[in-house]
Amino acid sequence: MTANKKFWDENISTASKDKIKEIQLERLRKTVKHCYKNNNFYKKRLGDAGVNPDKINSLEDLKKIPFTTKDDLRDNYPFGLFCTPLSEVVRVHASSGTTGNPTVVGYTKNDLDMWAENLARIMYDVGVRKDDIVQVSHGFGLFTGGFGFLSAAEKIGCMVIPISGGVTERQLKVMKDYKSTVIACTPSYCLYMAEVAENTGVKFEDLNLKFGFLGGEPWTDSMKDEIEKRLKIKALNSYGLSEVLGPGVSCECLEQNGLHINEDHFIAEIIDPDTGKTLDIGEKGELVFTSLTKEAFPVLRYRTKDISYLIDEPCACGKTFIKMAKPMGRSDDMLIIRGVNLFPSQIEEVLLKIKDLEPHYLIVVDRVNYMDTIEVWVEVSEKIFHEKIMDLEFFEKSIEEKLYSSIGIRIKVKLKEPKTIERSEGKAKRVWDKRKEK
Amino acid sequence: MDLEFWDSNIELINREKLDLLQLDRLKKTLINVYENVPFYKKRLDECGVNPYKFSNFDELEKIPFTTKEDLRINYPFNMFARPLNQIVRIHSSSGTTGNPTVVAYTKSDIDVWGDIIARQLFSLGLRSGDAVQNSYGYGLFTGGLGLHYGIEALGAIAIPVSGGNTERQIKIMQDFKPAAICCTPSYALYIAEVGKEMGIDFNNLQLKVGVFGAEPWTDQIRMEIEQRLNIDAYDIYGLSEVMGPGVACECTFKNGLHIAEDHFIPEIIDPSTLKRVERGKIGELVFTTITKEGMPVIRYRTKDLTNLNYDTCQCGRTHARMAKTIGRSDDMLIIRGVNVFPSQIEEVLMKVKEIEPHYLIVVDKRNYLDYIEVWIEVSEDIFSEKMNALEAFESSIEHKLYSAIGINIGVKLKEPKTIKRSEGKAKRVVDMRKGEKP
Amino acid sequence: MPIKQLTVFLENKLGRLAEVARILKNENINLQGFSTTEARDYGILRIVVSDPDKAREALKKAGFTTHIADVICVGVEDKPGELLQILDTLTEKKINIDYIYVIAGTRVVLSVPDIEEAEKILGEKGLRICF
Repeated sequence: MTANKKFWDENISTASKDKIKEIQLERLRKTVKHCYKNNNFYKKRLGDAGVNPDKINSLEDLKKIPFTTKDDLRDNYPFGLFCTPLSEVVRVHASSGTTGNPTVVGYTKNDLDMWAENLARIMYDVGVRKDDIVQVSHGFGLFTGGFGFLSAAEKIGCMVIPISGGVTERQLKVMKDYKSTVIACTPSYCLYMAEVAENTGVKFEDLNLKFGFLGGEPWTDSMKDEIEKRLKIKALNSYGLSEVLGPGVSCECLEQNGLHINEDHFIAEIIDPDTGKTLDIGEKGELVFTSLTKEAFPVLRYRTKDISYLIDEPCACGKTFIKMAKPMGRSDDMLIIRGVNLFPSQIEEVLLKIKDLEPHYLIVVDRVNYMDTIEVWVEVSEKIFHEKIMDLEFFEKSIEEKLYSSIGIRIKVKLKEPKTIERSEGKAKRVWDKRKEK
Repeated sequence: MDLEFWDSNIELINREKLDLLQLDRLKKTLINVYENVPFYKKRLDECGVNPYKFSNFDELEKIPFTTKEDLRINYPFNMFARPLNQIVRIHSSSGTTGNPTVVAYTKSDIDVWGDIIARQLFSLGLRSGDAVQNSYGYGLFTGGLGLHYGIEALGAIAIPVSGGNTERQIKIMQDFKPAAICCTPSYALYIAEVGKEMGIDFNNLQLKVGVFGAEPWTDQIRMEIEQRLNIDAYDIYGLSEVMGPGVACECTFKNGLHIAEDHFIPEIIDPSTLKRVERGKIGELVFTTITKEGMPVIRYRTKDLTNLNYDTCQCGRTHARMAKTIGRSDDMLIIRGVNVFPSQIEEVLMKVKEIEPHYLIVVDKRNYLDYIEVWIEVSEDIFSEKMNALEAFESSIEHKLYSAIGINIGVKLKEPKTIKRSEGKAKRVVDMRKGEKP
Repeated sequence: MPIKQLTVFLENKLGRLAEVARILKNENINLQGFSTTEARDYGILRIVVSDPDKAREALKKAGFTTHIADVICVGVEDKPGELLQILDTLTEKKINIDYIYVIAGTRVVLSVPDIEEAEKILGEKGLRICF
């Protein structure tokens, strides 16, 4: 591999539409057969829908395949959707939360290689090379963000700093001392770093940072401009979800007008979230992905609940992969807090288990200093009020601990006087997302 | 008992052959550092050791030791023996105070590391298809990623849970049915405690092996863990400067930790005279790496106290065994697996002008877990008449400590004269784990 | 004119409050009133005494950390509605009270961000400021 070629794999990145469709069809056939043959859930699903895995004749036939949802993943917890024996699985990742069942995904050695390959290609094609120093500030662990970028950057041959999240002063020191040229984290964390840098006298113009691969939460163009201005980098929108792969499903090129989907590994569709009908290119709807090369955990028409649309036009960067617009919201009530996915129902489930707590609560989400904050307001009834401040604090803390241990992020509990929280006639409004008012 | 081996050629190698192998690799390593690390070139020239003519182990003794201080002085990259574009990963000690110690790995170093740990996990009875819950912290700390790639190299299923969120750890243990868990021994006991509160019967879980390290522990703790979790508990040893976890590990006979002698040469020295001690005597452990490319170390002083046993083990392995470490030859504290020097804390406190020179670092165990706090006497400079201001002062120092050192250190305000004054050198640390009293 | 309140840092330990009281008694200082915050690991004792400077010296000598703060002292009568009158007056001007307590039965001590302003407002309402 020469260091100065333009594309990681020119044959694929600039392949003709027909060539890509040909690859997709062949791989779709294989994937459907693989699912049918090796997994009871898919066998029944496909059978019930009358899909004969031997008769996938065109990409149009994809539409006959039923959707897979997060509920399907939960119902088949933990390993029910794996399509290879466990002896071939070398890694699992999972969504956070002990409330309900988390969604678990598995990877074989080949899957891990494919994952690294997908993201390495994305990074390489925008200009990341083996001389680059990549600071991975995404969290490591069951969350896919950290590992995705670690393996991809190692594959390119970059020097990787697996610093994980938190301790911002230290992130900046590392960035300065180790001369990081690339950072991977959430966009809001970038802005928070900018804030801390300004307060501690670190100047980004003196640093070596060139690119940010930013994802894990939806973000706007104005946020992009702000990040690029303050961090002096190209801020690229990177998209992925663990159910489909992790980071590496799609990412912006330097043109920054849409995220190229790695079409040789994933087929994207946009559907109407209410009717399930497939929408045309350019129409806004819910993103649905089918994986084409995964072994342990393939997905057929997985409903992401992310709202976007497809852009099919030639791109100045030279890549021919179709693009998706940056995700602009959700078709469900999922909240994304500093890159962590969270459903209000998870919080509710914890609260309802607490004795003496009034059923009135409000989840308040905001963005302070570019960082998402989340708190839960609960009303203090006489049952929980004792005359000691300490007891109340202890009560607050104990709920916070329960929320943390079941959801995995810190949620502040605020005790409020009775009747502070608005009662509603119909469906109670449980979430106040102040970020949307900004 | 019928024993299987990951690589019997190496594990059962006779001493003569091992000596030859070590000598050959040592020579190559010396040439590598001589040619690529100016620090070592100077050192070798000064002590008159010619790496090209290196021919027996006695010569090793002529080479001066490498210390943590040497690594700090050469911060960040001057100890690397490869250009940065051949380095794919760095790890480092925590802390922004002073310079952390940085270590580097080439692709081959990462592979070797994975192979060593895979061999050790294999020797403990783990096989492909077994799930291994890895509860070490992931990030710049070597524990998480080190074990992780060993698990994958073995072909087992890595569950990268990382630390914290104990109830979730236990849920995963029940649902994913791991055969093994990796974490610090104190966290294992904490898991047992939380599990008991949750009504979990560990006898009903599939867990059979625990791989515990990053802090010293006794055979008594082993017995307690084994009883409470119903597993076999094994000690694994390592430090990032030498590689990370996996430098040595117990076998199923639990009678000393086999040092991976095909990769590391151990010596035991008297920390005061710096001379090698008689075989079998207790002293400070010193390591020379003989296969590392990115950052070899020659005679690195670990400051860990132990002794060596060269007798062939009952398991048949010939690699020397080190006893469980029994302490440190410096004042480093190990808090939940994280290394903390009192001087790091001091440096932070000294920058806060209101803090009297009277403070005390107090370390203890609470609920099986280490905790560390700093007692500060409240002088009039600190004291304002508002409770909020005192609380804000406490938390501002806690934040400073956290961002400099990377672990949570509680700050406790005390009345003047609470902290004992001493005539000579002030006693700044009280380690209640060792029975000391403030 | 504000009065001087003496504040003492106290660890939550048996006998510490008694120690303060003992020192005041030995120095023949009259304790007119006091309040404490609820203690966690530590708390704050606030006292109004006949001679705050002397009391402070004595406490300092005994190793306590102290602080002197200005607070407002308002005279009240032992009858319904007295507190409300103070509160209404301040609330109307949007002045929030940090803490408040009673001393010697008929006086209320309170702390606000701007003492001078609050005293003026309370005085204009005919409330009796003590000093």
